[in-house]
Amino acid sequence: MRHYLTKGAMMAGVSALALGLAAQNALAENVLRWTSQGDALTLDPMSQNEGPTNTMNGMIYESLVTRDAGMTLQPELAESWTSAPDGWTFKLREGVKFHDGADFTAEDVVFSFERAKSESSDFKEQAKAVASVEVIDDYTVKLVTDGPNPILPNQLTSIYMVDKGWAETNNVVLPQDFAAKEETYSVRNANGTGPFMVTSRAPDELTVLSAFDGWWGKGQFPGNVDKIEYRPIANAATRVAALLSGEVDFVLDPPLQDLKRIEATDGLKITTVAQIRSIFFGMDQGVDELRSSNIKGENPFKDVRVREAINLSIDKAAIQRVVMEGLSFPTGMITPPGVLGNTPDNDPPYPYDPEKAKALLAEAGYPDGFSIQLDCPNNRYNNDEKICQAAVAMLAKVGIDVSLSAIPKAQHFPKIQNRTTDFYLLGWGVPTLDSHYVFSYLLDKEGSWNATGYDNARVNEITGMITTETDIETRTALITEAWGIIKEEMPYAPIHHQVIAWAMAAGVEAPIAADDGLRPRYVVMN
Amino acid sequence: MARDTLSPEGEPGRPGFVARFLDNDVVWSFLHSPAAIVAATITLLCIGAALLAPLIAPFNPFDPSQISLWDGKLPPAWSEGGQPQYLLGTDNQGRDMLSTILYGGRLSILVGLAAVFLGMTLGVLLGVVAGYFGGAVDAVIMRIADVQLTIPGILLAILINGIGRAVLPLELREEFAIYVVIIAIGLTDWPQFARVTRGAAMVEVSKEYVQAARVIDLPGWLIMWRHILPNVMRPVLVLATIGLALAIIAEATLSFLGQGIPPTTPSLGTLIRVGNEYLFSGLWWITLFPALALVVLVFAVNLLGDWMRDALNPRLR
Amino acid sequence: MLSFILRRLAQSLLVMAVVSAISFSLFNFVGDPVNNMVGQDATREDRVRIRNELGLNDPVLTQYFRFMGNALQADFGLSYRIKRPVDELIIERLPATLELVFASAVIALVLGITAGVYTGIRRNSWLSRSILSVSLVGVSLPTFIIGIGLIYLFAVILRWLPSSGRSGVVELGWWKTNFLTLDGWRSIILPALTLSLFQMTMILRLVRAEMLEVMQADFIKFARARGLAERAINFTHALKNTLVPVITIIGINIGGLIAFSVITETVFQWPGTGLMFIQAVDFVDVPIMAAYLCFVALMFVVVNLVVDLLYFAIDPRIRIRGR
Repeated sequence: MRHYLTKGAMMAGVSALALGLAAQNALAENVLRWTSQGDALTLDPMSQNEGPTNTMNGMIYESLVTRDAGMTLQPELAESWTSAPDGWTFKLREGVKFHDGADFTAEDVVFSFERAKSESSDFKEQAKAVASVEVIDDYTVKLVTDGPNPILPNQLTSIYMVDKGWAETNNVVLPQDFAAKEETYSVRNANGTGPFMVTSRAPDELTVLSAFDGWWGKGQFPGNVDKIEYRPIANAATRVAALLSGEVDFVLDPPLQDLKRIEATDGLKITTVAQIRSIFFGMDQGVDELRSSNIKGENPFKDVRVREAINLSIDKAAIQRVVMEGLSFPTGMITPPGVLGNTPDNDPPYPYDPEKAKALLAEAGYPDGFSIQLDCPNNRYNNDEKICQAAVAMLAKVGIDVSLSAIPKAQHFPKIQNRTTDFYLLGWGVPTLDSHYVFSYLLDKEGSWNATGYDNARVNEITGMITTETDIETRTALITEAWGIIKEEMPYAPIHHQVIAWAMAAGVEAPIAADDGLRPRYVVMN
Repeated sequence: MARDTLSPEGEPGRPGFVARFLDNDVVWSFLHSPAAIVAATITLLCIGAALLAPLIAPFNPFDPSQISLWDGKLPPAWSEGGQPQYLLGTDNQGRDMLSTILYGGRLSILVGLAAVFLGMTLGVLLGVVAGYFGGAVDAVIMRIADVQLTIPGILLAILINGIGRAVLPLELREEFAIYVVIIAIGLTDWPQFARVTRGAAMVEVSKEYVQAARVIDLPGWLIMWRHILPNVMRPVLVLATIGLALAIIAEATLSFLGQGIPPTTPSLGTLIRVGNEYLFSGLWWITLFPALALVVLVFAVNLLGDWMRDALNPRLR
Repeated sequence: MLSFILRRLAQSLLVMAVVSAISFSLFNFVGDPVNNMVGQDATREDRVRIRNELGLNDPVLTQYFRFMGNALQADFGLSYRIKRPVDELIIERLPATLELVFASAVIALVLGITAGVYTGIRRNSWLSRSILSVSLVGVSLPTFIIGIGLIYLFAVILRWLPSSGRSGVVELGWWKTNFLTLDGWRSIILPALTLSLFQMTMILRLVRAEMLEVMQADFIKFARARGLAERAINFTHALKNTLVPVITIIGINIGGLIAFSVITETVFQWPGTGLMFIQAVDFVDVPIMAAYLCFVALMFVVVNLVVDLLYFAIDPRIRIRGR
C-alpha cells in the first residue's frame, strides 16, 4: 500500500513540476506501459512477418478477419463472409475510418492485397492464396482463389489493410522501397484503422500509441487503455527490474528463471498458456557441401541417419527441466497441438539415445563425428541461446563438434531466408492453425523459410493439393500423410512447443493468447 | 646471437641485470609494505590458479562433453541441495562454477597479459624509433601518442573492437573474438610505453658509442636497443602492471557489453554478463562469484601496481 | 600564441582526417553495402543499378571525397537497420547522452569537492578515513558492476528509483530534457551516479591533496593570524586556490565521461548515442558506426582544443609543448 501512496505523491509532484503539461488528464488516463526484448523492426505492416512486429502493427492496423485471445476467428474489418468454389465474398464493415480520417472501402482491400503480394512484401506466401480481388460494391469484395480454398479466412488474419490514398501520397505503395536513399515513410509512420494510433515512435527507445477516437469498435470491447507506451529492454535482468520496480505494467517475455521471483512479489502476477509455436533445429540437406563443416565434398545432413542421430542426441527432457524451467512441451513435430495436422501419434519427441546416435553416425561413415556451426538467434525465443548452448554440449557427447554463433534475430533470419546457414535454430508459429502454413513456408522446396533444402516430391505435391481440397476428411488425410513422411525423413530436429508466460502488475487484466500477441483492446487496467 | 661481442662497454650479463632490477631498496620496500605483500600474494595466487586451471579445476567447462545439463543451477556445496563435487555450485548450463571461474579468470588474465605485451612491444619499438630518428618521425609518432592519450583507453578499445568485429564476417566473429579483443586493448595501451622509451632513447642516441657505430656503418639502433632496455625496464614494468589491471577491466567490460569473449568459452566478463541475467532468479551464486573474482583480481593487481609505482619509479606519480 | 593555436588546429584536422578515413573504409570493408540495402528478392539488375546510383563503381578516392563532402554536412546516409538518416538519429539521441554527462559532471564536482575539502581538513576523522578507503575500492570496481549493484539496491530492493530507461522527458523543440519533471530526475540519478563515481574519486583525491598543500601555505597562516573564522578560511581562501587544477582536470575528464557513458548507457538502457553505437555494432550497422566514430573524434578534438586554450588563458607561462 505504501508504494502506491508514494507513487501517488510522486505523480502529484510530477504534475506540479511539469510546467503547463496537461497533468490532470494524465492522471485520469489508463496508460499501459509495457516492454519486451526486441522492438518491432518497422511499422510497415507488410515488410516483416515477425512476431513482435506483427504484435505492434496489430494494435495500429487491422485485417479483414482476426483472432481473439482464445484463437477463435472474429470479424474485424469484414462483418461476414461466405464461400464459393472460386473464392470468398466478404461484406466489409461500414463507417470504418483510417486514423487520418479517410474511409475504409473496397478499393483499400484491393490495394492492400496487391501490396501484400508485391515482391518486397514478407506476406506474399499468405497473400498468394488470393488470386485477385473483385470489387462488388464499396463494401463488398470477392477474394478470388485458384480453385476452392477451404481455409482462406484463416490465412487473412495478418494481412493488414492499408489506405490506398495514404500510401500513394506518401510514396509507400510498395512495402519497402529498397533503392530509397531517404527514409521510407511507412517505417516510422502508420495509418491504420485499429484502436490505437502512433503518437511518437523512436525505434529501440520509446513508442507511444494513443487511443483512436474514431475507432469503429469503441465501446464494443472490454479494454480501457487510453495510451500505450512501449519501451524495448534488451537485457533480461533489466526488463525484470523494470517490472519489479514498477516502471512497466506488463512484460511480454519475462525470463523464465525469474518467474518464481515475480510471482512471489506483491502486486505482480504471471499468466501462462501453451503457445502456437514450436522450436526446432534445421539441417541443410540441400547443398552438396556444408559451408562450416570439416567434411568436404559431401554433406553429412543428406544422410537421414545423421539427421536421426542429431534428433536422438538431444535430450529434450533436460532442456525442458533445466533450460525452460518446465515451461515447454518436448515434441517430435515442428508444429504444436491446436494446429490441424498435429497428431498424438507424431507429437511425442524422438527418444534421447546417444548410444544409438553414435552408432548411426558410424554407420553413416562419420564414426568420429564432424564439425559444424550452429546459427542461433539470441533475442527472439524463450532462452533461445541457452537452448543452443545446451545442444552444443549434447551433440559433443556423440562426437559432433558444434561451434555456436548466437546473433540477434535481425541477422539470424536473413541467413535462413537467404539459405546461407548449415544448421540453425528457428521457431515457427502458425497463425492460420493449419498445416498448410507450415508446409508452404518450411517444407515445400520453394518455401521462403525452408533453409533445409528439403525437397520431397510428395510433400510438395500435398502442399499444393491442400490449398484447394475442400473435403475436410481427404484434406486431413493428406496432411497426416505428409507429416508421416516428415517424421520419417526428419528434415528438422524438433525440440519443444513453447509455453508463453506473461508478467504483469496485479491491476492489469491482459488475456493471454497462444500466439503471444498482446491485444490491448481486451486489456483492462484497474 | 652476436650480442656480447658487439657490446662495447662490457654490458652486464643477465644475472647482473636481475640484480640491478631487484636491488636492495626495492626488496626492503616490498618487505615493509604489508599491502604490497598481500597484493602480490593475491595476484600471484590468482595468476597461478588461472594458469594452472587445467590441472586444479575439477572440470573442464570448455569441453562440452563433460557438461551435463541435468546438473544445472545447483547451489554451492554448503547450501541446501548443493552437491560436494560442485563447490561453488553450477551455472545454467550445468558447468561447475569454480572451474568456470578458474578457466574464465585464466582467459581474462591471458587476454590481459597478451594485450599488455602487445601494447608494450609496440610502445617500446615506436619509442626507440622515435628517439633514435628524431625529427619528423619522432614528431609524427609522438603526436599520435599525444592525441591517443587524450582519448580514454576503454572507449578506444570499444571502438577498435567494434570495427574489428564489423570487419570480420559474421561466421568468424566468435572464433576470432579473443584476438580482436587483445588487439583492441593492446592498441590503446602503447603511448605510455612509447613516451618512456623515447625519453631513454634520446639520452642514449647522443652517446659516443652510438655515433661510433654509425661511423662504421653498424646499425646504431641495434646497439642502442641493449642499452635502452635496462634503463626503461623499471618504468615499463610499472606501466605494464598498471596496464594489466586496466586491460583486465577492459576485457571484462567488452565481454559484459556482449562485444568480447563469446559465452561458449567465457572469460570473467562474459560470466558476469551471463550472471547478470540471473540477478533476480535467486541463483545468486551465478551472479556473485564471477563478479567477486574479478574485483579481487583487479584490486590486487591495482594495489601491486600502486606499490610498484611508488617503489620503483616515483617519477611516474 | 597564434602559432600554437594554428598548430593545434592543424593537429585536430589531421585527427579528423584519419578518423574519417577509417570510417570511410568501414563501408568498403564490411561486406557489400548493396546487400545491406536490398531485399533478398532483388534482381541482379536492381543491384547493378543501385551500385551505380550509389557511386560504388567510382574510383576509391572519388568515393572518399564524396564521403568527406557528405560527412562535412553531417550526412552519413541511412541506417541499415532502422532505415533512417543517421544524422537525425544521432541528433535525436544526443540530448540523452549530454544530459547524462552533464548530470554526472555536476554530481562528481559537488560530491567530489565536498568530500575532498572535508577529508583535506579533517584529515584524521573516521569519516575521512572511510571515505578514502571506499574511494579506493571504488576505483577498482568496473563501472558495470557498480551499475548493477546500484540497480539492485535502489530499484529492486528499495524501489526508490527506476531501474532503467529515460522517462519523464519533456520536449523543448528538438531537445528532449530530463530536468523538467520529477520522473525525469528520478530516472537520471542512478546512471549519472554510476557514471560520476570514477571522476568523483579522482576529484576527491585531487582536492584533498591540494587542500593539504594549501593549508600549509603562508597566506592561510596569515589569515588565521588575522583571526578569520575557520569556515571562511576553508571555503574562501583555501578552496578557491584549489579550484584551478580541478577545473582543468574536469575539462579533460569530460572526455572520460563520454567514454564511460557507452557502458553506463548499456547497463541502464539509457537511450543515448553510446547505447546506439553498441547496438549498431551488434547489427553491423555501418553508417551509424562510422558516424559515431567521427562524432566522438570531433567531441574529443573540440574538448582538447578548449582545454588547451583554457590552459593558455589561465596561465600563459605554461609551456604547452611540454604538456
